[in-house]
Amino acid sequence: MSDANAGARPKPGLIFEKSKPGRRAGRVPSYGLPVPELPAELRRESPPRLPDVPENDIFRHFTQLPDRNFGIDTGFYPLGSCTMKHNPRVNERVVGLPGFRDLHPLQEDEGAQGALELMWELEQILAEVAGLPAVTLQPAAGSQGELTGLMLMRAVFADRGEPGRNVIITADTAHGTNPASVTMAGFELEKVATTDRGNLDLEDLRAKVDDRTAGLMLTNPSTLGLFDEGIEAVAEIFHSRGALLYYDGANLNAVVGRSRPGDMGFDIVHYNLHKTFSQPHGGGGPGGGPVAVRSEIEPFLPAPTLVREGDVFRLDHDRPKSIGRVRGFAGPFGVFVRSYAFMRAYGPALKDMSEAAVLNANYLLARLKDVYDLPYDRLCMHEFVLSARTLKREHGITALDVAKRLMDHRIHPPTIYFPLVVPEALMIEPTETETKERLDEFVDAMRSIAGEAVNDPDVLKSAPLTRPVRRLDEVKAAKHPIVRYPFEPEAEEARIEAG
Amino acid sequence: MSIAGYLSLTDADLSAMLEAIGVSSIDDLFEQIPEGVRFDRPLDVPEALPEAALVRHFEELAARNADTSRELSFLGMGIYDHYVPSIVDTFLSRGELLTAYTPYQPEMSQGVLQAIFEYQTAICELTGMDVSNASGYDGTTVAADACFIARHHTGRSKVVLAETLNPMVRQVVKTYAPGFGMEVTEVPHDGGTIDPARFAGEARDAAIAIFQQPNAFGCLEPAPELAAAANEGGALSVAHVDLASLGLLEAPGAYGCAMAIGEGQSIGNYQSYGGPHYGFLAAGNEFIRRMPGRIVGETTDLEGRRGFVLTLQTREQHIRREKATSNMTTNQTLLALAGLITLCWLGPEGLRELGETCTALAAYAKERVGLPLAFERPTFKEVAFRTPIPAREVVARARERGVHPGYPLGRDYPGLDDVLLVALTEKRTPADVDRLADVLSEVCS
Amino acid sequence: MPPNESYPEDLRYHPEHDWARIEGDEAVLGITWYAQDSLGELVLFDGPEVGAMLQKDESYAEVESVKAVSDVIAPLSGEVVAVNQKAVDEPETVNEDPYGEGWLVRIRVADAGESDSLLDAAAYRAHLAEL
Repeated sequence: MSDANAGARPKPGLIFEKSKPGRRAGRVPSYGLPVPELPAELRRESPPRLPDVPENDIFRHFTQLPDRNFGIDTGFYPLGSCTMKHNPRVNERVVGLPGFRDLHPLQEDEGAQGALELMWELEQILAEVAGLPAVTLQPAAGSQGELTGLMLMRAVFADRGEPGRNVIITADTAHGTNPASVTMAGFELEKVATTDRGNLDLEDLRAKVDDRTAGLMLTNPSTLGLFDEGIEAVAEIFHSRGALLYYDGANLNAVVGRSRPGDMGFDIVHYNLHKTFSQPHGGGGPGGGPVAVRSEIEPFLPAPTLVREGDVFRLDHDRPKSIGRVRGFAGPFGVFVRSYAFMRAYGPALKDMSEAAVLNANYLLARLKDVYDLPYDRLCMHEFVLSARTLKREHGITALDVAKRLMDHRIHPPTIYFPLVVPEALMIEPTETETKERLDEFVDAMRSIAGEAVNDPDVLKSAPLTRPVRRLDEVKAAKHPIVRYPFEPEAEEARIEAG
Repeated sequence: MSIAGYLSLTDADLSAMLEAIGVSSIDDLFEQIPEGVRFDRPLDVPEALPEAALVRHFEELAARNADTSRELSFLGMGIYDHYVPSIVDTFLSRGELLTAYTPYQPEMSQGVLQAIFEYQTAICELTGMDVSNASGYDGTTVAADACFIARHHTGRSKVVLAETLNPMVRQVVKTYAPGFGMEVTEVPHDGGTIDPARFAGEARDAAIAIFQQPNAFGCLEPAPELAAAANEGGALSVAHVDLASLGLLEAPGAYGCAMAIGEGQSIGNYQSYGGPHYGFLAAGNEFIRRMPGRIVGETTDLEGRRGFVLTLQTREQHIRREKATSNMTTNQTLLALAGLITLCWLGPEGLRELGETCTALAAYAKERVGLPLAFERPTFKEVAFRTPIPAREVVARARERGVHPGYPLGRDYPGLDDVLLVALTEKRTPADVDRLADVLSEVCS
Repeated sequence: MPPNESYPEDLRYHPEHDWARIEGDEAVLGITWYAQDSLGELVLFDGPEVGAMLQKDESYAEVESVKAVSDVIAPLSGEVVAVNQKAVDEPETVNEDPYGEGWLVRIRVADAGESDSLLDAAAYRAHLAEL
């Protein structure tokens, strides 16, 4: 089957392999001015080996890339924790308006009033959604928002004269970014267990929170897709010991308009504009990770902050208690434009968005829980976790095999092997922008795969069969990393042999 | 529930789904939220706008910005008005790339993975390095990333930064350094560039020493000597460079740098009020296991076909967690892809021409603008002029005449209130420079 | 091709999936079938130097597959007298033969009494059943 398909597909090549000296595509204007000579010791000796390819062939080359890729536009993409919702194209249209696109970030404030007002409006909506009044838009991604939040905690305690607060507690279900951020911020990490019901273990927590605790990092609902029923008690435990609570906003899509992190007791919140608010993921980025805080923490926010005086907006750089700058300029402005456009398409019905997300996830859960193992038998929120544990034990079929076979159904696999507390995990997040028919197709595919596990496990082991490539050898890639085109293949092989 | 935004839920859908779940209403699904933290009123946010009205609203906001299509601009200082070829917009709007996630499932993502592999190759070629990651957030945070690598590689804690390294880059490093257990020292400039002997003095006990080429004043540093100064001191030598200059200027790897970093915006990205753009980070092979962010590697599939995968993922947060080389997950892939496409479109000839046009215009500006140079140093595409009145005042007056003449360096450098940094890109013409010269001559008299 | 699941009777086991073969006043250490199976094919064994002191219950090395990193826990305390170069050069050996060619280090045992607290094969199997 794959041989027939391989014949129909053109043999792909790297752009560097298509290069022929003397060919070229773009030309740069030259104005007939004399070119000054640069100092000899600073001049480039040999030109970089960028491709010499004419424009038509560049178009052909880059056209085959989308043909070999799968996006939300292509099909269902239920990646848990990623919120792969529809990315509206009107957002692309407005971000391309010259007044935004061609605006230099160091333009005087009075020459950027439209941009600053847009940012202001975005901050207001984010503040309302979180239930916390002060916002920074500067962080470039969720992870950077996390790091910013932890730095804010450090600044708060330094200001209070409590520098000994050096421990951050995270859930054992936490996304890997949480402990990684803890290390980068120079804190120590402590973990708290999750109960069988999927809530934080309050007894374990009470034992671990003390005067060395700076705070908690938590996402709610958790990565299991479950709202922590004890969240009020959790907040009380930390606040009563003088510690703070940080909300990882990765799962915010579950609760917009239904519950606010600020009301749950969180003091610092980050958002993922590329999850909840439709910034396209772009194959890995860009994103945006704004942070909202309680008013007491506002003085420490990254500088500059945005100030409104009547109808005039300006950036305030005079922020003596600020933790400093975490990214260039005011942040990833193009991401703000798209997220604000998304929010304006809903208005107060952003609540409907979360309701539909939770409905869709529960529908899938109800229809799949008899076919796969369900570690936590309760209603979920916007995502849920199944396990392929029984399939593995009885038929040798793993979560990985299920994922690869879904590709043959033209469905992107869910997140696998996360969270770590569930063996053979499949984390499924449909989002709100899928129709019931699409969900039913997914259920049919998953049921079909479960059937193949019993009747035809070999086909699962060899999946995918219908993608541009078969299963790829990741072991080889890790043992012998080839991370750029070698230009002289023989020389590269010799280098690898030598280790 | 009425159908809002991008939803599709009809009443028929709703009742079928509630029945399958076994509840009677959507409220039942939210019972798990304790009463005390439920939000019971409508969100106080602006009303919903259908698409045509939405576009109108954004057009009104956009119209209140003085962008470079409306004001003749010579602003630079790290972000530049270079030409973005049409081919970039074509491919960045392809939904299979735009709406794809990180390529963790490689069989679904060969397009993105191959593009990143090609991008990594291009960055290594330009910078003379062995390995590049798939992008960092921007030109400031990659400097912090480099410091994190240096901390673990050398065991030392001192960071040395040239004062002529972009001010925002230095600010971000200073924000990150305490968490890394590092302290920052800055080396002041001498007449517009860094004295290698001074740099060497500070680098002797440093983990890392970072300089910029061309520097924040537009001047060309004695880069090979600065690299040597850092290396001799046992510090990791890092050059913060401009991709647009690397058709003419030597690659950092060729003159001995351990790493090369920078802001990629000048190749392939619109200015966009500061972002999103892409930071790049490239290093010698000995640093591969310490690199932050994603790296794409080449491999084969079950049938021996070449393919690409994320590799060495055990460095990253989703596996190594608190011992990861970085917490980075989301990066700037789409913007880096724009950079790759632009580099392919330019080719080596085009990149050389780009450097030549910019430096030729800068030389022309030096001739025509009747202001003395602030620094007696060779330059690239930016020129620092000394102004007879404060540079901020020059900017205000010039803008009244429809020209933004450049960046007043006094905003970041005490004692340089009378220095204006003028950037020349290939989108400016000699006539534009004539206009600048005329306006400056008017406002400075 | 990794062998079938097995836990040899002559070894002593640590609950963190490490084994020890005691040979007089020395011991050979490695990871169990369960550990290599969970990790998948190993791509890296990052071990200690000869002469390093291992502490019982603490990590002395890291093993990596493409999808996971794992600390290797010392079942006994002692000084490293040998590191298995084959495991370093060809980490997949650990998957293929976790108790034989895939041994990790040999130590001079510091405290003979420590082995009393380790599990025998039956107890380790029982421990696995509970996971």
